[in-house]
Amino acid sequence: MLTKDMKSRFPILGQEVNGHPLVYLDSAATSQKPDVVIEAIKRYYENDNSNVHRGVHTLGNRATDEYEGARQKVADFINASSVQEVIFTRGTTTSINTVAQSYGRANLSEGDEIVITMMEHHSNIIPWQQLAKETGATLKYIDLEDDGTLSLDKVEETITGKTKIVSVMYVSNVLGTKNPIKEIAEIAHRNGAVMVVDGAQAAPHLKVDVQDLDCDFFAFSGHKMCGPTGIGVLYGKKALLEDMEPVEFGGEMIDFVGLYESTWKELPWKFEGGTPIIAGAIGLGAAIDFLQEIGLENIDKHEKHLAAYAMEKMSEIDGLTIYGPADPDLRAGIVTFNLDGVHPHDVATVLDMNGIAVRAGHHCAQPLMKRLGATATARASFYVYNTEADVDRLADGLRIAKEYFSDVIS
Amino acid sequence: MSSLNLDQLYRRVIMDHYKNPRNKGELTDGGLTIDMNNPTCGDRIHLTLQVEDGIVQDAKFDGEGCSISMASASMMTQAVKGKSVEDAVRLSKAFSDMMLGKELDDSLDLGDIEALSGVSQFPARIKCATLAWKAMEKGVDSDANPK
Repeated sequence: MLTKDMKSRFPILGQEVNGHPLVYLDSAATSQKPDVVIEAIKRYYENDNSNVHRGVHTLGNRATDEYEGARQKVADFINASSVQEVIFTRGTTTSINTVAQSYGRANLSEGDEIVITMMEHHSNIIPWQQLAKETGATLKYIDLEDDGTLSLDKVEETITGKTKIVSVMYVSNVLGTKNPIKEIAEIAHRNGAVMVVDGAQAAPHLKVDVQDLDCDFFAFSGHKMCGPTGIGVLYGKKALLEDMEPVEFGGEMIDFVGLYESTWKELPWKFEGGTPIIAGAIGLGAAIDFLQEIGLENIDKHEKHLAAYAMEKMSEIDGLTIYGPADPDLRAGIVTFNLDGVHPHDVATVLDMNGIAVRAGHHCAQPLMKRLGATATARASFYVYNTEADVDRLADGLRIAKEYFSDVIS
Repeated sequence: MSSLNLDQLYRRVIMDHYKNPRNKGELTDGGLTIDMNNPTCGDRIHLTLQVEDGIVQDAKFDGEGCSISMASASMMTQAVKGKSVEDAVRLSKAFSDMMLGKELDDSLDLGDIEALSGVSQFPARIKCATLAWKAMEKGVDSDANPK
């Protein structure tokens, strides 16, 4: 377990909301930011702010060093074999769209298949729907097991010799399920497909090793891992990225510009058109330092413990359904639930009035909601700053919600 | 933990409409059909209206959503039945104003609907309350201007 002192590293968590000390349980939507990340961004703007890769002046050099230093931190963080394999983007959505628009358009045609799963976030569905429409390829879904996991047998059945792209989320933002990415990547490769991983809910919480997973692309966002919004990463294997065309054209990404033809910079800059998200990258670098200091193994252990504790406390409440795998070892720190007879919005409002922030809705996963037979659910998600006491507050809040709506439930 | 503020949102009459929705179901005799959803949260309404000679003769709703959205739909169908399209739209505008916390014209009789005034203090829930009203406006508007 991480210590209670962790909370004091996050200035925002010191406040009261609606007359109660804030309990923030919505980190799967976006995490809060530790003091060191806020300070790194402030220090950059107060001391080094300048454009990168163009100035001859000292501030320009400093900004470039910090920006490229952050890229090296990301490469180390996910164990990329080269810093050239790390492209800064706006976030997971942009990263996946870049793969679909660049690799997808160039390599797919009618009759080819794209394979995803029924549990994907909209950001790992719609780019492929669009690509399928543009190229005439077929989009196929791997169904879930009733316990919210994927069966490798079904993965084997769905991926065929026609499959060109397999794209799967590492950790489900609804079910909390950790998917067997390494095994799926092996099946994809055996069938001649590339493996894309939506790592948005994985990178903040567990040790990611892109070489061990042997994935071809890995996408994640800074803001869910203590970094600022507006910065994300697309990792890609160098051999693939080298053959890919940029999707955004303009300044920063060019080598030589003629009147009618231009050439691109080398990796990774050919994918970073325009002035990049400099402060965002530096903030992400500081977030990575912060997470490495705690240790990803410790974070994973802490969250697994909180999820198991939450499932235990919440199962004591009559009429409460928890979605996803019952075995805490199969899941991350995400607990999605419904209270019988009380709509999740109403649950979330009652919790909010008691200072507890949870998510309610379809969690950008409408096909999954339909598969689960729910129009909406409530979700509590945990991170480094949460404690058992937070879980106790959640359980108390749920009892209040149940009592408040007992008139309706009866 | 106090639930004082919650009582401003969840008035007794709202909970009554949630528990015992009025005009739940579907008109089958070929009136106007409007489907609307709230993409940020998944609330969904299926509204059927019977409009004849500029009068809303009948209204029924079906759908899924929170207590606020479903109670508001129940109250809306109750309120517009028998009203002229003009008055129904006028009431809908007044409802929108109420959600924005604006002062209302005293001459309007809101009836049960006034119980939803507390929603204006919960910005995240305003869209829940206005869904059914937007669906009704869309329906009578398409009736007034058939394509």
